[in-house]
Formats: sequence, structure tokens, C-alpha cells
Amino acid sequence: MPQPDMPAPQPVEAKKVSNFTAEGTQARPLVRFSNGESGDRIFKFAMVACGAAVLGMLLLIFYELVLRSGLSWHAFGLKFFVAHDWNPVSEHFGALPFVYGTLVSSFLALLIAVPLSVGVAVFTTEMCPGGLRAPLSFFVELLAAIPSVIYGLWGVFVLVPILRNYVEPFLARALGWTGFFEGPPYGISMLAAGIILAIMVIPIISSITREVLMVVPQHQREAALALGATRWEMIRVGVLRNARVGIMGAIILGLGRALGETMAVTMVIGNRPEIVKSLFAPGYTMASVLANEFTEATGDLYLSALIEIGLALFLVTIIVNALARLLVWTVTRGQPASTHAA
Amino acid sequence: MPPEKVNIAQSTVPPISLRRRVTDRVMTGLSVLTVIIVLAPLFAIFAYLVYRGIGSIDWNFLTQTPKPVGEAGGGMANAIVGSLLILGVASLLGVPLGIGAGIYLAEYGRNRFGDAVRFTADVLNGVPSIVVGIVAYALVVLTEGHFSALAGGVALAIMMVPTISRTTEEMLLLVPRALREAAYGLGIPRWRTTLSITLRTATSGVITGIMLAFARVAGETAPLLFTAFGNQFWNLRVDQPTAALPLQIYVYGMSPYDDWHRQAWAGALVLIVLIVTAVTAVRLAVRRGTFGAA
Repeated sequence: MPQPDMPAPQPVEAKKVSNFTAEGTQARPLVRFSNGESGDRIFKFAMVACGAAVLGMLLLIFYELVLRSGLSWHAFGLKFFVAHDWNPVSEHFGALPFVYGTLVSSFLALLIAVPLSVGVAVFTTEMCPGGLRAPLSFFVELLAAIPSVIYGLWGVFVLVPILRNYVEPFLARALGWTGFFEGPPYGISMLAAGIILAIMVIPIISSITREVLMVVPQHQREAALALGATRWEMIRVGVLRNARVGIMGAIILGLGRALGETMAVTMVIGNRPEIVKSLFAPGYTMASVLANEFTEATGDLYLSALIEIGLALFLVTIIVNALARLLVWTVTRGQPASTHAA
Repeated sequence: MPPEKVNIAQSTVPPISLRRRVTDRVMTGLSVLTVIIVLAPLFAIFAYLVYRGIGSIDWNFLTQTPKPVGEAGGGMANAIVGSLLILGVASLLGVPLGIGAGIYLAEYGRNRFGDAVRFTADVLNGVPSIVVGIVAYALVVLTEGHFSALAGGVALAIMMVPTISRTTEEMLLLVPRALREAAYGLGIPRWRTTLSITLRTATSGVITGIMLAFARVAGETAPLLFTAFGNQFWNLRVDQPTAALPLQIYVYGMSPYDDWHRQAWAGALVLIVLIVTAVTAVRLAVRRGTFGAA
């Protein structure tokens, strides 16, 4: 440890010292950084600009979407979202079938994904032998690294034939009376989109749930065990109940991802703008209609209507994500939850 | 720890009822089952991808451009190069900005504005990629008047920034304070400390973040549909429509031709090998402990 009487440690206040020595001649610092202070100011300015750019990007996205969708907004107003005819030829645009398709496919995905993701997270944090934990979370993360278009390709060539030949006929026989599983089993359907989406959101929900479960204090578990709880009772009372806000956040984050997912859904959902109760029927989502029709949109109103769908998608995902982040943040106490464990 | 042991030791504790023990076993079994169900598609996808892809990758696939519709043969060489071009543009734009924003958050961002930026980055991460594509279309394609690799690069850059800035921040915060203080103590200005000491120490962690962002956007298709647009021919110019591997996979996969399906699977295998190599390399680097200052 350097002693205070040595001259060397003084440059802790080097900036002030060098101010004085600019006029005087004594006590020059050994090393001079002539632009130390102005350099600091420039650097800080540049870094703040980068930070502000992140904020700017979000505002820019919002501004562009609002600007370019103005035409459609003035033509249809709020009716845009309750009308269900989409006819580019007669320039009548109603987005309800797309909103319906997006909501139904996403909720279907959550219905499948939530129990599975929570189960995986519980297994990895509470039951799994130590050596298995790292490879397991690695595999689940690998699921997140597969590009959307490859999920779509697999969906078209593997999942859809399986659904058409085995799953859908079975569901029609067993649950056809509910009305959700009737009609010809094409394979290409709302159901296929829901399943593909579920596979895609599982890594997100389960990795964040895992993070949330890991911040549940250890003494909660010990207390439950000490009261004679079995392991499952300990997990239910001591862990899941404490983590429910965070798990809710994880689910909503998964919802955000499902709402905006484009390629895989576009490839398996069938792209037909109709509202049908049966999950065997083809559907259409907001993101899919953008992917399919944006480059073909002739006419300003058509393009504007598509961008308005983009704006709606943007606003919904912003709200959903903000809500989810807040929930997760409150649980992990400012430790931001990342979708990838670096 | 099996609770049964406690009961043997203390007879005053009532024994655990059969119902509770069965529930415990059933729930344990169910959670093992969820793991199997979740991992099944992963292995199914990889197995099928390798099965269809391996047989389809040949020298022509890697060196030729697409043949006209109906003719067999040809390859995706231009799409592979095009993808690299677009990703290069995206990295050139996104990496410095992301690192800058990360430095801001870690070194100057302990305030309201910093929190706002942090929150925005997280929210931006969740914006659907197709919406980012629309914005890049409006900003670049409409201004330039035609589709281009630049527009695709801008879209992907917007998607890279949030990931890079947040991981950079996390990595910089791992660097011990003492290291910064030592640098200040030597009279080194703050900006040089940040660049040559803090950032330098956290290099491998920051690179991890960049690779993760890279892997994420490398497979993106939606934002390229109406920015880079695709191209049947060679193109190395930033201001021209450019082919990209994910785009080509999509177009070929949805086509009615068997030969194109075959090539789509080959392209998918090339793409996934690129991405998994990146992710695994990062993972290994992290485990080996060459990780920031930690």
C-alpha cells in the first residue's frame, strides 16, 4: 500500500493540479495528457449520443409508422380494426381477421408452452442433478438459436404432414364435438401455427422462469421442508408461489415474441383472411400479411393500410414487453433478465 | 433431501400420507416428461435438417448461382456471400453504436436518463423484426428509390444494438472498480481509462454479446423481405438488391419444385452450422473462464 506522504498518489486529483500548473512552472505531472479534459468531454458527449440513439431509434420507428399509416387512418379510422373484409381491388381494408389470427395463434401457443416451460424451469432449478443442469439449459437455449425460417421449413415438411395424417384425424374423432376441431384436416392450419409458435417461445419463457426461480431465497425452500413438506409441496408453496409475479412476466414476454413472430407462422398458417372457429382451418396473422403483401402492395392506400397493421403490432408488442419487463424487474430487483444466459 | 428420513427420527411427526407421496412422485414424473417433450422437437429438427441437408450440399451448391425456374442444379453461392455482405453492413453500423450505448449505460448511466435508455433497449429487443423491416424500408428504400443491401443492413443493425448494448453494460460493470481507480491514480483521463482499461479488460465478454447479436440476426428473414429483397445473380454492391441465405431458404422452401426443396434444406443446414458454431464457440469461451475480469 502506498503511503500518503509519497508524491505519486496525488494525481487522483490530477485534473485540478494540472489546471494550476498551466500557469506556474513547478510540480508538472510526469506524464501529460494535453487533451485530457476536453477529451473527456468529447468522449462523454459521444457515449451519451450513442445512448440517446437507442431512445431515438424507438421514437423513429414510432414516427415513421405513424407518418406512413396516416392515409389509412384517415380513410377508415378505428373501423379498420373491426371490419373484416380485406379487398385490395376495391380498396376496402379491415384488419379483424389478422388481429384474430394473431391473438388465437399466440394464445394457443401459450396454452401449450406455459406448462411445458414452467415444468422445464422447475426441473432444472429444483430437481435436476448438478451435472445435468448446464447441458440442459444449453439445449433449451439452442432451441432459441434456430432461425424462424428453419422452424417454418420443418413445419411445412415434417409437422404439417404429421398433423394431417395422424393428429388432426384423431382430434376430430375425440374432440370434434367442441367445434374447435372440425372440418377437413389440411395440416396447414391455425393449429400448426400454434404448435410451431409454442416450440419457439418455450426457450424464452423457460429461461426467464429459471432466472426468477433462482432468485427465490433458499430459506423459503428450507422452511417448507422443515415443516415436513414433500419436495413437490415445497416447490408449490415455497418456490412457485413466491415467483408467480416473475413467471407472469416471463409468460407475457413469451406472448410478445409470439405476437410478432413472422416467418414460421407465415409458412404453416395457410394465409387466408377468414375468421373460423375450427383450429383446422387456415388463418392469417398481422405479421404474415405484412410478409406476404408488403412488396406487392400497389397503391398508396394499400401500403398505408399494411403499415397501420405494422403500427398496431408495434404498439401492442411495446406495451406487452414493457409490462413484462416491469414484472420481471420487480422480482429480480433491477437485475435485468436477459433472454440469453451469457 | 427425502423428508421421510425426518419422520423416522422423530416419531411425533405424523407420517406423510400416501396421497401426498403419490402427488410428489407424479409431479416429479410430469416435470421430467416436460423436459422430454421440449427437447424432442430440438432433436427432431436437427436430425431431419442433417438428414435432408447433408445429401444436398455439394460443390455446385456452394459455388453456383440459382438456375432459372424448372432447371435442376445451381446453388446458393450468391446468397451466402450476400448474407455476409448484409451482416457486414449491419455489424459496421450496429456494433459501434451498441458498444457506445453500453459504455454510456455502464459509465455514465446511473441516472433517470440511463434508466430510460436501459428500458428502451429491452423494449426495442421485443419489437417484431417485420416492423423493423418496414421502418428500414421507409427510411432507406423509399429514399434511395430501390431495394439494397444497405437497407437490409440498417434493419439488422437496429436489431443488434439492444443486445450488444445490454451485454456490453453487464460486462463493463463486472470490471472491478479498483482497476479504474488505479488508472485514474496514474493520471490517465477518464476516456482513456474506459477505452484502454475497462473495455479492454471486458473484451471477451463484449465479444460474447456481439456474437449473440450476430447469431440472432444472421437467421432473420422477415426484415430482409422488403429491404435486401433478394437477387438471382451475384451482387457485391451495397446499393443494389442482394440475395440472402434465409430469404433464399424461404423462397425455395415455399416453391413447388423438389429440387428447390432440396436446396432449401441444404441452405438451412449451412445457416444453422454458421449460427450454432458461433453460439457454441461463445459458450465454450465463457466456460473456459476467459470472461471479462471475473
